[in-house]
Amino acid sequence: MKGSLIIVSLFIIGVLIGLYQIIPTEILESNISYYTICTLMFCVGVSIGSDPKILKSLKTIDLRLALLPVMTITGTILGCAFVSLFIDRSATECMAVGAGFGYYSLSSIFITEYKGIELGTIALLSNIIREAIALIGAPLLVYYFGKLAPISVGGATTMDTTLPIITKYSGKEFIVVAIFHGFVVDLSVPILVTLFCTI
Amino acid sequence: MLSGVLFGYLIRDKKIQFTHKIITVLVWLLLLLLGIEVGANKEIINNLHTIGLEAIYITIGAVGGSVLASWALWRVINRKQTNIKKQ
Repeated sequence: MKGSLIIVSLFIIGVLIGLYQIIPTEILESNISYYTICTLMFCVGVSIGSDPKILKSLKTIDLRLALLPVMTITGTILGCAFVSLFIDRSATECMAVGAGFGYYSLSSIFITEYKGIELGTIALLSNIIREAIALIGAPLLVYYFGKLAPISVGGATTMDTTLPIITKYSGKEFIVVAIFHGFVVDLSVPILVTLFCTI
Repeated sequence: MLSGVLFGYLIRDKKIQFTHKIITVLVWLLLLLLGIEVGANKEIINNLHTIGLEAIYITIGAVGGSVLASWALWRVINRKQTNIKKQ
């Protein structure tokens, strides 16, 4: 929660800097963002590869529950495609935003690179809201839609930010599922976002 | 990213804590840059309410779809377990 607040306030500080032209906006023309993204992707990879918890969870997972990431991804993409019928955005744009699965930092940066700043901002807002729903709505989701629902809504965040809340409301027996789910969905974010942005 | 996974796997025995710190700092930096870009873009500042609404609609679709999908899987799994108990 503290991490999310820091991120949101940094974003707002950035907006204010840009709005009042405190520093020259020429720095944005450079490729700083692109190289930072490459470094970031490498670091995300290192942290996944070096985490013994994730490797262990891959070995002990119940096969039926291993389907959950597939359900999350399909459900999200279909839901976004459905919404695109009602708003002034193309289906691929909506699906690219949805394919962030709550991983707002990575998805918004990627989408900004491919589709421009406007859709990137939508991705940032949308995925922050998704994480917030998972954090705040977990007890209601468990009550109405079963213990897998908060994991599905948590998307890519279920192995870090939303793991404590899932443990609390879905139960300890779902920790392994949540970590596995977060890992698979996490990996799918850069792949799917790039896919929907380029087709 | 995959090269990172492989690299991380190879050096997994060394206790590495620093990648999390690097990730956090990089994410902060990128979001600050994104914020500056948004602030400097008049079109976005002027259309902020439309953009916000669109974000909310897409989120409703994304969350709704994933909730229904996970609910379906939950029901399938539980039905099988009840059947086993009955037998």
